[in-house]
Amino acid sequence: MNFKLKIWRQKDAKSKGAFETYHVEGISPDTSFLEMMDILNNNLVHEGKEPVAFDHDCREGICGMCSMHINGHAHGPEQAVTTCQLYMRKFKDGATITIEPWRSAAFPVIKDLVVNRSAYDQILQAGGFISVRTNSVPDGNAIPIPKADADESMDAAACIGCGACAATCKNGSAMLFVAARVSSLAKLPQGRVEGARRAKAMVAKMDELGFGNCTNTGACQAECPKSISITHIARLNREFLSAKFKD
Amino acid sequence: MALKLDSKIPAGELSQKWSNHKAAIKVVSPANKRKLDIIIVGTGLGGASAAASLGELGYNVKVFCIQDSPRRAHSIAAQGGINAAKNYQNDNDSVYRLFYDTIKGGDYRAREANVYRLAEVSNLIIDQCVAQGVPFAREYGGLLANRSFGGAQVSRTFYARGQTGQQLLLGAYAALNKEIAAGSVKSYPRHEMLDIVIEDGEARGIIARNLVTGEIERHGAHAVVIATGGYGNVFFLSTNAMASNGSAAFQCYRKGAGFANPCFTQIHPTCIPVHGDQQSKLTLMSESLRNDGRIWVPKKIEDVKAIREGRKQPSDIAEGDRDYYLERRYPAFGNLVPRDVASRAAKERCDAGFGVNETGLAVFLDFKTAIERLGKDVIKQRYGNLFDMYKEITDVDPYEQPMQIFPAVHYTMGGIWVDYNLMTTIPGLYAIGEANFSDHGANRLGASALMQGLADGYFVLPYTIGDYLSHKIQAPKVSTDTPAFAEAEKGVKDKIAKLFAINGKQSVDDIHKRLGHIMWENVGMARTKESLEKAIVEIQALRKEFWSDLKLVGTADSFNVELEKALRLADFLELGELMARDALNREESCGGHFRVEHQTEEGEAKRDDEHFVYAAVWEYKGMDKEPEMTKEPLNFEFVHPAQRNYKD
Amino acid sequence: MSCFLCNSSLGKKLVMSVTGCCLVLFLLFHMSMNLVAIISPEGYNMICEFLGANWYALAGTVGLAVLVVLHFVYALILTLNNYRARGTQRYAVTVNEPGVEWASKNMLVLGVIVVLGLLLHLINFWSKMQLVEIMGGEGSTVGGYFISAHDGATLVAYTFSQWYYVVLYIIWLGALWLHLTHGIWSMFQTVGWANDTWYPRLKCISNIFATIIVLGFMAVVLVYFVYNLCGGCSACAGSL
Repeated sequence: MNFKLKIWRQKDAKSKGAFETYHVEGISPDTSFLEMMDILNNNLVHEGKEPVAFDHDCREGICGMCSMHINGHAHGPEQAVTTCQLYMRKFKDGATITIEPWRSAAFPVIKDLVVNRSAYDQILQAGGFISVRTNSVPDGNAIPIPKADADESMDAAACIGCGACAATCKNGSAMLFVAARVSSLAKLPQGRVEGARRAKAMVAKMDELGFGNCTNTGACQAECPKSISITHIARLNREFLSAKFKD
Repeated sequence: MALKLDSKIPAGELSQKWSNHKAAIKVVSPANKRKLDIIIVGTGLGGASAAASLGELGYNVKVFCIQDSPRRAHSIAAQGGINAAKNYQNDNDSVYRLFYDTIKGGDYRAREANVYRLAEVSNLIIDQCVAQGVPFAREYGGLLANRSFGGAQVSRTFYARGQTGQQLLLGAYAALNKEIAAGSVKSYPRHEMLDIVIEDGEARGIIARNLVTGEIERHGAHAVVIATGGYGNVFFLSTNAMASNGSAAFQCYRKGAGFANPCFTQIHPTCIPVHGDQQSKLTLMSESLRNDGRIWVPKKIEDVKAIREGRKQPSDIAEGDRDYYLERRYPAFGNLVPRDVASRAAKERCDAGFGVNETGLAVFLDFKTAIERLGKDVIKQRYGNLFDMYKEITDVDPYEQPMQIFPAVHYTMGGIWVDYNLMTTIPGLYAIGEANFSDHGANRLGASALMQGLADGYFVLPYTIGDYLSHKIQAPKVSTDTPAFAEAEKGVKDKIAKLFAINGKQSVDDIHKRLGHIMWENVGMARTKESLEKAIVEIQALRKEFWSDLKLVGTADSFNVELEKALRLADFLELGELMARDALNREESCGGHFRVEHQTEEGEAKRDDEHFVYAAVWEYKGMDKEPEMTKEPLNFEFVHPAQRNYKD
Repeated sequence: MSCFLCNSSLGKKLVMSVTGCCLVLFLLFHMSMNLVAIISPEGYNMICEFLGANWYALAGTVGLAVLVVLHFVYALILTLNNYRARGTQRYAVTVNEPGVEWASKNMLVLGVIVVLGLLLHLINFWSKMQLVEIMGGEGSTVGGYFISAHDGATLVAYTFSQWYYVVLYIIWLGALWLHLTHGIWSMFQTVGWANDTWYPRLKCISNIFATIIVLGFMAVVLVYFVYNLCGGCSACAGSL
């Protein structure tokens, strides 16, 4: 298969970027999107040009490192997969593919397709944890948890922190990411203890970092590689408002 | 000068060793902890849990990772689960049984005391993770659920769907975040350690490269912990993450730390087969699939041909014409034999010509029986995400047709030599998790890697490091303005300049692929004296090529992935040779290390307990010089090495 | 308390949700009232008289104005924030994500259309009815006829006898419908009243509600327009 690639190139955070066009040929349909990028980069190195910088690591769809806005979709046109799990058989031979970095004020570009997502770390540092010390905890079976609650907590905990939600949202809102963490812990008795504090702290941090406001479009859940539902956002709203009204 | 290896294993009854040791080692008072700095390199389960626990204790911790966030370390990709001897299933599990299974699974090449300690703290890990909000799978009664894993006859594996590693890492990362927020831990993402700094024979800090700006930084501390995982990517294709590397560990080795059993590599039996030469990475299908999946190849070679040519579908093969070879060879454990055994059995069938894809390098993992017995819904609930992933990658629906699987490099049991305190041969330098060699012997059981990473990070290192640091309470803050730091920094800068100066023709990937090929063919699942000797010669030649014909683009003082890869490959090119040398030295078959010359008549691994009950610890002597090997004898006081039997 | 409604993103959204909810309730009331105009013009005029320049009607009007201003100003503030959060560099390629409704991504545009329609509506009706009363007048001259401030039915009949008002009102009501289909379920989501079971139900309720409100309003416009077209023949003369 052959492809024409329009890729965003930007030297560093301060430089102005622009699209450049490349061609790749002889790509097997079983090749993954990132393997196609590897081939392009190897060609570029042989031509003495700088390869396209892009984030990637586990290539199993779990580390959340890969990003890329492909043909207008975060993680490409397939739903419920990360870029690393996208295969070239999903594209038409000869197609033009436009590849852009995440675009969000809170995710500044570092180089080419690589962006800085440390804002997500900062939100979690504001309260995305349960304050227990190592080795001062009860037995694992001391608190029974209804299976449905544990399952729902797991649904939310599947978030890989890739940033697709904020990158997709027309408002640059990180609500799905924040909601996933808050909701996951809110469904467990262990997490309820500091639930109010957590919701307030994480929302405050999210606002402070310049993320936008959720307008419930649902674009985030459509593009989320883990299909996390916006009903978790409702739970975040509930947690936050009930915490505020108790103040 | 040979290495001095003192394993510091405490005396006494096996079950009392760790308690006795904890009682005997020194502790540091809270007032003094505040004055002590610790550097942790790597934020996987080991690194993140250690950083969180040490920060909580009051030490000043700096934690480094190469990814953009600590949460992305490759521990996150572990699927199946984590073992613990809770005996929640009432199937007569116990700490001793977990210990015994682990040491037997490791083919009696691990230290008894370390493995027992691992089994002992395994229960604490589950409690800790539950308290952190890890959403483990639960039964309808609200209690924790378990599943079975290879190498065990009890059900002791705790899991969170197919994403156990992710959930455990998010737990440890949350604990780490708590400490970062509290100010006791400072995080340095997108930083790569490029050298370790040794002063007066003790670890004093690291030289790191800021991967965004390219700046070379000095960081000093009273102790350094290496938690950088394994070096499976020496094979180019492996289940490791693309950036997983052996460089941090290798710098320690280069600076004098002993490197133990480098040849012990785990080849995981259930990976998606290689599809072509454009592939960059192999995808693991969780071992948990072997709970319900049955592994087979056709009995008749005609059927194999028909399947390869597409004339027959696997589901067309009659039950009687299928060779469930694991169930046939190992009736007692069946499809749940340890990984090394399952991998070799698959290779044996494929070598005999029964491989079921075009390359002849695949066997079937079939869920037909399980779907008939339990229904599609149950299977979907248990393995849904794995099935989806398989379909996404291969375009084959595993609910309809069996999966194709083949072994792939997955884990390295070998690593930096550490004593019972997890300290390397360099005082003040520690290694935890997959980066060290200590707990898995020659083969690791499924669901034990997560256990080891968290055991080391949460429950072992925070105590044992105090024993060393208690001697440092008078020491001032480590100055990075010393000749040792200057020299190390210069070494790193020179190395980078040298790489840019080559200006040859081959890209990093070109050479890495060739290294991988040499390793897989000669130092892979079946090793011979000839293949290993050949590998050493070829790797040396390839290394020369690397240093004379590498093409590196970009600059040193910017975000440059090619440079990162080149630096890692430079170390892989030495590490590969070391692995071959170790494999050549070990004239026996054990666990993941299979020497063709040493097998039983039935083709099982044949250990040589008379000559090889030791850990081979290598000392660096220079890039093109032969390393020196020192033996750490393994004393089996409580279990008696026997040939592993998974038949009855 | 007061500060989180101004400072926090979720607080601001709560204001949107609550004001939106009140406005929806008002629309429901207004629509029911309008329907009376179809059944009985006299009855309608009684309501108009009842809701003249009395203290309670005036208080209601001021309240409504505050709600509209709050809803609109907060929408502007939030949208401005959102615009900034998107960053300076925009995507070259954008698509509509699967399952995402157009209305949900264009609430401000729809809101502006609704407000413009509202202004027109105020000029058409409110300025000739309640405003006249407040100013102490008896009525106003519209299209050459003097219409009393309490004679809402005649004013309605006159306004919708002109086709361009009918078209403008239909556009306005169309925008309102789109705005409501997203707005109604969204106000539940924002106060946290949604889960996997209720999420589809709320969307369904939202659509039904929006449709009822808009159809009710539109019925009045169309009935009067059609009535005027057929020249007020005896068939319907009794009712209007």
